[in-house]
Amino acid sequence: MRQSLKPAENRAGKRPQSRQRRSINNFLQIAGILPILVAICILFALLSPNFLSAGNAVNILRQASINIVLATGMTFVILTGGIDLSVGSILAVSAVVGVLVSLLPAIGWLAVPVALLTGLLLGLVNGALITFLNVPPFIVTLGTLTALRGAAFLVANGTTVINRDINFAWIGNSYVGPLPWLVIIALLTVVVSWFVLRQTVLGVQIYAVGGNERAARLTGIKVNRVLLFVYGVSGLLSGLAGVMSASRLYSATGMLGQGYELDAIAAVILGGTSFTGGIGTIVGTLFGALIIAVLNNGLTLLNMSFFWQLVVKGLVIIVAVIIDRLRKRSRR
Amino acid sequence: MTTNIETDFDKKSTVIPVLEMRGITKRFHGVSALENVALTIYPGEVHALMGENGAGKSTLMKILAGAYIADEGEIRINGKPVKITDPASARQTGINLIYQELNVAPNLTVTENMFMGSELRRGQFLDRQAMQAEAQKVLDSLGATFGANTIVGSLAIAEQQQVEIARALKDNSRILVMDEPTAALSDRETEHLFEVIRKLCADGIAIIYISHRMEEIYALADRISVLRDGQYVGSITREEISPQRLVQMMVGRSMQDFYEHQRRTNPSPVVLEVKNISDGRKVQPASFQLHAGEILGLAGLVGAGRTEVSRLIFGADPKVSGEVWLNGKKLKINSPGDAIAAGIGYVPEDRKDQGLFLEMSSRKNIGLNRLKQDAKAGFINWGSVNNIAKQAVEDFNIRLANLEIRAVDLSGGNQQKLLLARWLAIKPIVLMLDEPTRGVDIGAKSEIYRIMSDLAAQGVAILMVSSELPEVIGMSDRVLVMREGQLVGELDDSAGKEITQENIMQYATGATEVLAS
Repeated sequence: MRQSLKPAENRAGKRPQSRQRRSINNFLQIAGILPILVAICILFALLSPNFLSAGNAVNILRQASINIVLATGMTFVILTGGIDLSVGSILAVSAVVGVLVSLLPAIGWLAVPVALLTGLLLGLVNGALITFLNVPPFIVTLGTLTALRGAAFLVANGTTVINRDINFAWIGNSYVGPLPWLVIIALLTVVVSWFVLRQTVLGVQIYAVGGNERAARLTGIKVNRVLLFVYGVSGLLSGLAGVMSASRLYSATGMLGQGYELDAIAAVILGGTSFTGGIGTIVGTLFGALIIAVLNNGLTLLNMSFFWQLVVKGLVIIVAVIIDRLRKRSRR
Repeated sequence: MTTNIETDFDKKSTVIPVLEMRGITKRFHGVSALENVALTIYPGEVHALMGENGAGKSTLMKILAGAYIADEGEIRINGKPVKITDPASARQTGINLIYQELNVAPNLTVTENMFMGSELRRGQFLDRQAMQAEAQKVLDSLGATFGANTIVGSLAIAEQQQVEIARALKDNSRILVMDEPTAALSDRETEHLFEVIRKLCADGIAIIYISHRMEEIYALADRISVLRDGQYVGSITREEISPQRLVQMMVGRSMQDFYEHQRRTNPSPVVLEVKNISDGRKVQPASFQLHAGEILGLAGLVGAGRTEVSRLIFGADPKVSGEVWLNGKKLKINSPGDAIAAGIGYVPEDRKDQGLFLEMSSRKNIGLNRLKQDAKAGFINWGSVNNIAKQAVEDFNIRLANLEIRAVDLSGGNQQKLLLARWLAIKPIVLMLDEPTRGVDIGAKSEIYRIMSDLAAQGVAILMVSSELPEVIGMSDRVLVMREGQLVGELDDSAGKEITQENIMQYATGATEVLAS
C-alpha cells in the first residue's frame, strides 16, 4: 500500500515545482536578457539627458550592426556546441579583398560578391578542418584567427587600402528613411537566420546536433553537413560584416575587426545561448548585441574613460556566464 | 532464504570469516536494489559472486568498497564491526576493488601509480628510491615481467591489471574484489591471472570474484554466492557446483503475466536477412533471418555483442564484412540515414544518451524523423508534424500537458514512448529495439509490450535486444543467444528447442560447453 502511494505522492509533489522551474526557465530563456537591456537603458536615460533621443537610438543600432551580424553567425556555431574565434580575421580578409576588387576597373562591381564568397570559403575551411580532420573547433579557429590575421595584412600589403569612390559606399553611409542601411542589413540577417533556425529542417537539425550529437547521428542526420553549414554561415556573415566595415570606412586594413570575436561571443552568451549547444535563440543574441552597444554608447556619453568601459564590459560578460550556469542548475 | 549462512558457520566454525555482510539493504529513490543481503567470506578463498545482470552484485560490491553506503545492515571484518563510509576507509580496512574499467593513470610509472596518494617521504621530499624498491618487490612476488619504472600506458591491459593488484598488495589488502577481470584478457593472460589469484589465496587473501563465465567459476571458485533481484539466494561449495543448479539459482523467479504477446505459430516470409555481419572486433560474423510479424529476441549477457550487432545492421558503426538483405534485395547501408531510407528503425538502449533531444519539445522529438520527408523545399511542414505528434500521443497514451513540453521533463516511460513514436512515424518494415523497457515503470512497460505486439500483428519485423529474461521469454517468438561476440544458440519452441530461462542462460554463460566437456 505504502509503496503504491509513494510514487503518486512524489508526482503530485513534483508537478508544481517543475512548472515553477519551467516558468523560470522560460523567463530566463526568452525574456531573460530583455529586462536587463531595459534596465540599463533606463539607468542611462536617468544619468545622461542625451541618451534618450531618436538620433542616439539610431546611433546605437548602427554601432551594434556589425556585431549583430557577427553574433548571428556565432549563434549558429555555438548552437552546435562549437565556437568560431576567427570571425574578426575573416572580416579583415574579406574587407581588404573587397576594397582591392573595387579598385579594379573592369570587375569593380564584383567587390561585394567576391568579399562575401571569400568569407564563405574561409568559413567552410574552418568547417572542413573541424569535421573531416576531427580537430576541436576551438583549436581550428584559434589557428585561423592568427593565420587569417596575417593573411589580411599580406593581402593589404601591410598598409591601408583605400577607395574614395568605393562602389558599395551606400551600404555604410546611406539611409532608408531614418534607418541606416547598416541597421537594415543587420536586422535582415537576424530575420533570415531566425527563420532558418525556426522554420527549416536544417534549423531543427542544428539544435539536434548541439543537443545530442550521438542521437542526431542515430536519427540519420548528416552531422558533418550540418557542421559545415554553420561554419560556412559564420564565415559568410563575417564576410558581410567585412563589406559593411569597408563600405563605412571607404577602406580596409589588416587590423580591421581585431577582437570582434569576443564581442560576438559575449552577445551570444548574453542572449542565453548555452555554450554546450542545443539551447538558444537568435532574438536573444540580438538583445545581447544591443546590451553591448548600449553599454559602449552610454558609458561614452557619461564620459567614462575607455579603460573603465573595458572593465564594465568584461564584468557584464562574466555575469552572462553566471546566468548561463544558473539556468542549467535550475534545470537539473 | 538465508539458511545457508548458518550452515556456513557450522562448517567453518573454527575459522573467523575475514568479511561478513549481514542484512544489507540499499534503496535508490524508494526502489530497492538490495534487500537483506548476506555474504560471508573466509580468508584464502576464491568466492564467486554470481547473478543475472541487475541482480545487485555491483551494488553490493560498491557498498563494500565505500562507493555507496548501505541503508541498513552490518559489515564485519575479522569479526569486528566496521563502518565503511568512503573508498579511503574501505582501503584502510583492507578491502580493494579492481573494476572492469581499470583505474590507473596511464601517463605515470608503475611505482607512481602504486603509491598514488600514499607516497613515501623523506622529510619534505618524495623518497623515490624506497618507493621504487618496494614496488619492485611486490611486482616480483606477482611474477610480473615489467619493471616498476615502466610507464603504465605502455603496458598491456593484463599488465595494467597486475599494477592494480600490486597496488592492493602494497596496501596490505586482505580482501580483493575483481569485477569481470578476464573480460579484456587473452587465454594466456587469463591463465596467468589465475596463477596470481591462486598464489594470493595461498597467502591468505580472500578474493571475491565476479564473472559470468562458467568455465572460470569452475576453475577457480571455492564457494559461490548467488544474488537474484537484489536478494540473497544462497551459497554453495565447490563440491556442490553444477551448471544446472547455478542457472536455476540465478533465474528461478516467477514469470510475470503481463506479457500480452501470443507466440506465433505460422511461418511467415523472411523480411530481413543478415549474412556474416562483423565489425572485426566485438562481433564475430553473424547470420540470421527475421520474419514478417515476428519478434526475435536477442539475448545474452551485457557485453556479448548484441547492441553491436544491431548498430552494425543500422549502419551506425562501420562493418568489416557482411550483407544486409531486405525483402530479397541487398541493401547498401553506410549510415543510419541509409537504413532509415530502407525502412529500418533503431531505438537505442540509452534513450537519454543516444535517443532523445532532452531540451527539445516533445513535438519535435516525435516528428524529427519525418521532418525531411514531409518538408516543402526544406521548410518544416508544421501541420504534418503536429498531426504525427498528436496521433502518437493518442495511440501510445503518452502523458504530457502539451506538445511543447521538453523531453527532459517527462517520466522515463513517457520518454521511451516518445522515442518509439518517433520511429513508428517512419512506418518501419524492420524495427530494432535495444532494451525497450529499461528504466521504465511497470505500467509503461506493459503498454510498450502492447505496442510491440500490435506492431508484430501488423507485420512489422521486430528485433528485440533485452537483458531481462522474463521479457525475452514473454515477448519473443524466437530467441537468438549471443556470447562473447558470437551467435551461440537459437531457441524456437516449434523447432523443439524451448525458450526457457535455463536454456538461455546455458547458452549465454557457456554452461552447455562445460556440460559437454
